[in-house]
Amino acid sequence: MRIPIAALIGLCFTSLYFLVAIFAPWIAPYGVAEIVSRDVWLPPSSEFLLGTDNLGRDLLSRMIYGGRTTIFIATAATILSFTTGSILGFLAAVLGGWADQAMSRFVDLIMSIPSLIFALVVLSVMPVTVPVLIVVMGLLDSTRVYRLARAVAVDINVMDYVEAAKLRGEGRSWIIFREILPNALSPLVAEMGLRFIFMVLFVSTLSFLGLGVQPPQADWGGIVKENADGIVYGIGAALYPAVAIATLAISVNLVADWVLNRTTSLKGGRG
Amino acid sequence: MSLLLKMLAQRIALGLLLLFLVSILIFGGTLILPGDVAQSILGQSATPEALANLREELGLNEPAVGRYFDWLGGLLQGDLGTSLTSGQDIASAIGKRLGNTFFLAFWAALISVPLAILLGLIAVRYRERWPDKLISAVTLASISVPEFLIAYVAIFFVSVRLRWAPSVTTINDSMSLGEKLHTISLPITVLTLVVLAHMMRMTRAAILNVMQSAYVETAELKGLRMFTIIWKHALPNAVAPVVNVVMLNMAYLVVGVVVIEVVFTYPGMGQYLVDHVSKRDLPVVQACGLIFAGVYIGLNLVADIVSIISNPRLRHPK
Amino acid sequence: MSEKLLKVRDLKIGATVYPPGEKPHDIEIVHGVSFELAKGQVLGLIGESGAGKSTIGLASMAYGRGGVQITGGEVWVNGRDILKTSQGDVRNLRGGEVTYVSQSAAASFNPAKKIMDQVIEAAVGQGKFSKRDAEARAVELFGKLGLPDPENIGNRYPHQVSGGQLQRCMTALALCPEPDLVVFDEPTTALDVTTQIDVLMAIKEAIRDTGVAALYITHDLAVVAQVSDDILVLKMGDMVEYGSVDQIINNPQEDYTKALVSVRSIDHAEKAPTPEPVLKVENITARYKGTNFDVLKNINVELHPGQTLAVVGESGSGKSTLARVITGLLPQSRGNIHFAGRDLSPSLDGRSREDLRELQMIYQMADVAMNPRQTVGTIIGRPLEFYFGLKGAEKRKRVVELLDEIEMGESFIDRYPAELSGGQKQRVCIARALAAKPKMIICDEVTSALDPLVADGILKLLLDLQKVEDVAYLFITHDLATVKAIADSISVMYQGEVVRYGGKTDVLSPPFDDYTDLLLSSVPEMKLGWLEEVIANRKMESAGN
Repeated sequence: MRIPIAALIGLCFTSLYFLVAIFAPWIAPYGVAEIVSRDVWLPPSSEFLLGTDNLGRDLLSRMIYGGRTTIFIATAATILSFTTGSILGFLAAVLGGWADQAMSRFVDLIMSIPSLIFALVVLSVMPVTVPVLIVVMGLLDSTRVYRLARAVAVDINVMDYVEAAKLRGEGRSWIIFREILPNALSPLVAEMGLRFIFMVLFVSTLSFLGLGVQPPQADWGGIVKENADGIVYGIGAALYPAVAIATLAISVNLVADWVLNRTTSLKGGRG
Repeated sequence: MSLLLKMLAQRIALGLLLLFLVSILIFGGTLILPGDVAQSILGQSATPEALANLREELGLNEPAVGRYFDWLGGLLQGDLGTSLTSGQDIASAIGKRLGNTFFLAFWAALISVPLAILLGLIAVRYRERWPDKLISAVTLASISVPEFLIAYVAIFFVSVRLRWAPSVTTINDSMSLGEKLHTISLPITVLTLVVLAHMMRMTRAAILNVMQSAYVETAELKGLRMFTIIWKHALPNAVAPVVNVVMLNMAYLVVGVVVIEVVFTYPGMGQYLVDHVSKRDLPVVQACGLIFAGVYIGLNLVADIVSIISNPRLRHPK
Repeated sequence: MSEKLLKVRDLKIGATVYPPGEKPHDIEIVHGVSFELAKGQVLGLIGESGAGKSTIGLASMAYGRGGVQITGGEVWVNGRDILKTSQGDVRNLRGGEVTYVSQSAAASFNPAKKIMDQVIEAAVGQGKFSKRDAEARAVELFGKLGLPDPENIGNRYPHQVSGGQLQRCMTALALCPEPDLVVFDEPTTALDVTTQIDVLMAIKEAIRDTGVAALYITHDLAVVAQVSDDILVLKMGDMVEYGSVDQIINNPQEDYTKALVSVRSIDHAEKAPTPEPVLKVENITARYKGTNFDVLKNINVELHPGQTLAVVGESGSGKSTLARVITGLLPQSRGNIHFAGRDLSPSLDGRSREDLRELQMIYQMADVAMNPRQTVGTIIGRPLEFYFGLKGAEKRKRVVELLDEIEMGESFIDRYPAELSGGQKQRVCIARALAAKPKMIICDEVTSALDPLVADGILKLLLDLQKVEDVAYLFITHDLATVKAIADSISVMYQGEVVRYGGKTDVLSPPFDDYTDLLLSSVPEMKLGWLEEVIANRKMESAGN
C-alpha cells in the first residue's frame, strides 16, 4: 500500500495533534490556569516559547490544553452526530413510508434555521457546560449526517443487488449490514472528516462569542477572545489558534480525501 | 403556465409554513429545554421570592400555548415585546440594527458575488491548470479557518500594521456614504473572503456541469465560437444553478455577519443577539432568532423560485 | 486524392485514463486506422463497445471528446489535412462541411432553446444561409424526415416532442447547412424498434435526396447493412476488415466479421406444451401506487416446465411490470398467479422461502445486480447457505461446480465483480440464480446491455443450462431476434395488454394482428435491400387501404 505524500503529511499532523491532546498534562510546560509572569503579553522567549497571555499565563501551555479541549469536544460531538445521524438515516431509507417522512420533514425544519443561530437560541436558556455543548452541537449537526446517510442508503436500496437480496428472502439486518452498509461506508467516512473540521470551527466560534468553553478552562476559540484586545497593540497572541485550527483542518481534509479515494478504488477490485 | 404558477404558489406556501413551524420551534424549544429562564437570569443565589416575582412578571405561570399566540399576534403587528434586561421595546431597538446589518451584508454581497462568479469562470476556463489549482488551494485554506480568525488576521495586518482601515466600525447617521464605506471596509473584505471560497467552488462546479453537457458539445460541433457557445448555450442553463449557489452563500453570509459584527463591534443584529444570549434575555433572543431564520428561509425560497421559473419544462409545458 | 471527400490515413488516437489509486497515464485507443469516402457515399463503422468507432467519427471533425487526443496520422477533408489547419478553418469545417448526429438527441439539444433556433444555428452562423432561407430549408427537411406539422414543430422546445421525433430533428439540424459529410453516431440505438425503422427510413431517404456523404456508426451490423455502401469493421481500435457492404455481409473473410454476421443465428426448435404448466398467470391487472392507470390489463399466460416463454414488447408495454408482479414486488390488484401447483401470495412478505427459492431472477444490468463488495464466491454461495444451509468446504465445492457450469472455473471465486467483463458478470448472475435450484427463472432483458457476440454466448449458455437443469425461463425482451433464438412460446405485449400469445411458430406465422406485423417487420434483418423491401411493402399496404 502506497500512501500519497499529501495524505502522509495530513496523517502526521493529525496524529500529532491528537497525541498532544491526549498527553497535554505531560507535555505542557506549565498549568493551564497558572499565572507564571507578572507581565502580560510577553514576547516569545526560551522560558515561554510562545510568550504569555493577557493574564500572564504561559501561552504555549494554554494552546496545548486548549487544543485538548477543542479536539475532545469536536471528537465527541462528531461521534454523537454520526451515530445518531447515520442510524436514523439508514432506518429512514430502509423503512420508508411515514417513518421516513416524519424524520425527514423534521430534519428539514431544523435545517431551515442556521446552526449557529439555533445553537445561540438554545444556549440562551441552557447552562453552558461542556456536555451541553457536545449534545447541542452533535444533535444539530446530526441533521446533516442524517441527510447524507439517508441519501446514500436510498441510492443503494434501489440497486438491483438489494432487490435480489429481498427476493431471496433475506431479513432486514442482512440487508442493512451486509448489502447497504459496506457500500455506504466510504462516503460516510470521508464526510466524517469534514464534520470533524466543522465541529472544530463551530466550538471555536461559540467560545469566541463567550458561549462555549468557559474560563479559566482554555480552548482555541477562547484564547482568541482573551487575547483579542492585544491585536490593536500589535500583539499577535490571538492569532496562534488560527494557525493551529488551519493546520488541523487542512490535515484532516487531506486524510479524508485519501480515505475517499482509497475506498472508491477498492470498489474497483483488489488488483 | 398554470403548472408553473401552481408550483410557485406551493413553494411560497411551503416557505410560510416553514416560518410558522420555526416560530413554534424557537418559542417552544426555549420552553421545554431543561433550564429555568428566571433562574438563569437571576443566577443560583436568587431568593425564591425574587424568582416567583420574576416568573409572574414574565408570565411564565400562564399556559404556554396562550403565551405563544400572544407572542405571535404581537409579532404579526410588529410588536416584538420588551427586553428583560433593559426594558426597551425590542422592535425599535432592532429596526436600526437590522438596517445596519443589511447595509453590511449588501456591500459584502455586491463585491463577493461578481468576484466569485468571475473567479469561478476563470477556474473553469483554466481547468486543471495553475489558476484553477491556485484558486482551489486558497479555497481549501480559507474554509479551514473560522471567520473571526480571518477577521483578526486582517485587523492585525491591515489595520494595525498598515493602518489602512479602522478596526472599530461604529457607524451613525451623520456619516456620509463614503465615510461609512471606509469605516466598514475591513468587515466587508473579511465577509467577502469568508463567502468567496465556497461560492467560487460551487459556481465552478455548476458551470463545469453545464459545459460538459452534450448540448454544449453539439454547439462546439456546429463550429460556433467559444464566446457564442458560452453566451447562447451555457449561460441560459447555468443561471439557475448559479443563482442557487449565490443564494445559499448569502444565507451563509447572514450567519457570518453575526461573528464579524462581534469582532468589529459593529452596531448590527448579530452583536445585539450575542449580547443578549449572554444576558439570557429571552424575548430578544427569540425575536432575533426568528428574524435570522426568516431571512435564511427567504433566501432559500428565492433560490427555489428562480430554479422553478428558469426550468424550460415548466415554462413551456407540453 | 481530389475526388475523395474524406481520406483518413493511419489515424492514431490516445486518451488519458485516471484509474483510481494510480497515476493518470496515456493509452492508445485507436491504432492506425485508414479509410476513405467519396462524395455521396456512406461508410459504416461497425464494432462492439470499446472499438473506437465514435472516436474515429469525431476525429473527422477534428474533435476529441473528454480527454481524447488525436496523436498521429492524417485526416483529409475536401483536400486539406484538418489536423493541421487553423482554428478558424476548423470552425468552418464543423457545422459547415461536416456535421454530427448523436445517439441521444434528447441530451444534445439545449433544453432552454427552441428547436428551430438550434437547427438553423450552424447554417446561419457559417454564413451559408440567411435566417429566412435557413428556416425555409429546415421546414422542408422536417417534412422530408416525416415529422408531423413541419411548419410549426420548430417552434417547440426539445422536451415537447418525442424521442423519435427529436432524433429526426437532430438529423435536420445536421443536414440544414448542406454539409458534404454527416457523421451519424448510433442515431437509432436508443429508440424502440418500431420507431427505429421510421428514423432509419428518414435518414436513408434524406441521404439519397441530398446527395450527402455519411459516416454511419453503429454496433448493429443489420442496421448498417441497410444504409451503407462500404463497411469498416473495428475491434479494440484496430481495423479488422474493410470492404463493400456486399462483401462484408455475404462473404466475410475474417473470423470476427463472420461471427458478427452469423450472430443471433441460434437454432432452437419449439417444444410442445406439457399438461401441467409451472407458471399460470390468470387475469392479472396491476397498477403502480398513487396512479389511477392500469399498467397491466387482464394478462393470461402459461409457462411449461423446462421451456421458455418470451414476453416481448417495446418500452412502456408493461413487460417488466409483469415480472415485478410475478416476483411479488408489485402486488396485483386483480388476478391469480399459480406457481408449481400452488397459489402465490400477491405480496413478497406473504411468500414462503420455498416460493422464493423456486422462482429466481436475472437482471438486465449485471453491474448493479451484484454487490460490488462481495466476491464471486460470496455472491454465488449465499443462496446455497441461505436455502440449503451449506457451509465451508461443501459450499465451496458447490460454488466451484456452478462456476464450471457457467464456463468460468474456480479461479474466479475470490474476484470482485469490478474485475469481471460484462459477459462474465452476467454469467455469475446466472450461477447465483441456478444455485437456488429454481423451477423457473425470470430473465429481464439479460442480453440487452451486452455486445452482440457476448449476448450470443449468454443465450447459448442459458439454452444449455435449460437442458441440464430442466428450468423454465420467463424471458423478457424487446429484441425479436433473441425471441426467435430461444423461445418455445411467445407473448407479445402492447400498452399493458397481451396482443398475441401462443407457440413460437404460430405467433411468428401469418396472419398477424397489426401490432405484431409492425413489430416483426421492423426488426432489421442481416440482408441487403431489407429496408427497401419493408418500405415498398408498407407503401403498398397503405395504398391498398
